[in-house]
Amino acid sequence: MVQYKPARLDASFAALSDATRRGVLEQLGRENASITALAERFHMTLTGMKKHVGVLEQAGLVTTEKVGRVRTCRLGPRRLEGETAWIERYRRLWDARFDELEKVVDKLKRKERGNGDQDRK
Amino acid sequence: METRTASEPTPMKNRTTSERKSARELVVTRTINGPARIVFEAWTKPELFKQWWVPKSLGLTLLSCDMDVRPGGKYKLVFKHGASEPMAFYGRYREVTPPSRLVWTNEEGGEDGSVTTVTFEEQGGKTLVVLHDLYPSKEALDAAIASGSTSGDMNETFEQLEALVVTLK
Repeated sequence: MVQYKPARLDASFAALSDATRRGVLEQLGRENASITALAERFHMTLTGMKKHVGVLEQAGLVTTEKVGRVRTCRLGPRRLEGETAWIERYRRLWDARFDELEKVVDKLKRKERGNGDQDRK
Repeated sequence: METRTASEPTPMKNRTTSERKSARELVVTRTINGPARIVFEAWTKPELFKQWWVPKSLGLTLLSCDMDVRPGGKYKLVFKHGASEPMAFYGRYREVTPPSRLVWTNEEGGEDGSVTTVTFEEQGGKTLVVLHDLYPSKEALDAAIASGSTSGDMNETFEQLEALVVTLK
């Protein structure tokens, strides 16, 4: 399990505050890409793109690996946290649903037992 | 997890768990205070189902709910969220075994839809509900998660991060 640190979270927010960096994430969501390819795609100098990728890397949103002369970027471990967050939201949806189900079941139980002659509103 | 039969006047709220069990499966569990027979009834009678499937916190309105609960029978739920276009969720029941098992397909997403299996296991007057969503592939589940979380819009990612912040507290 990844350790969540507030400083890291700040880094994520900072990383996502920039439109180019959000674009880079979207792009890497489709396929891995070299820094050169990303620079071309976003009409940017290599140095400029390196900076953006550096910020994303710092935040754990992207990881890079250098093979030969090419540095390849891919989505980083943060993606897992996104999944964790989604599963937590899914849990909350079901938790709310089951709470309501429990109320319905409770009503039916009471009705069956014949306590309270009529169902009250 | 151990379940003890306690007779406290105000029982603790039952816990809901969720987990990605494998590359293709999501599993949600919850114990409901009541016999399986009644839980199954609340799940399969439309007039009861409508009372709990759409909790208010979702901000959704259930416009219609058609359920033909028998093997091969169809269901269709139509929701509306604010001023947006209504969304339909539909599929077929594959297995209907009262009071222990219910299986249905989720076909609104086309071929990549999941198959949901719910089992109801009674223990001492309570029912353990296990909801199991099986996707056709890892990619299909990844896509379901991604569409529910990013959908090409990073605002959603902020929401994810917010959700994360809440879990940090």
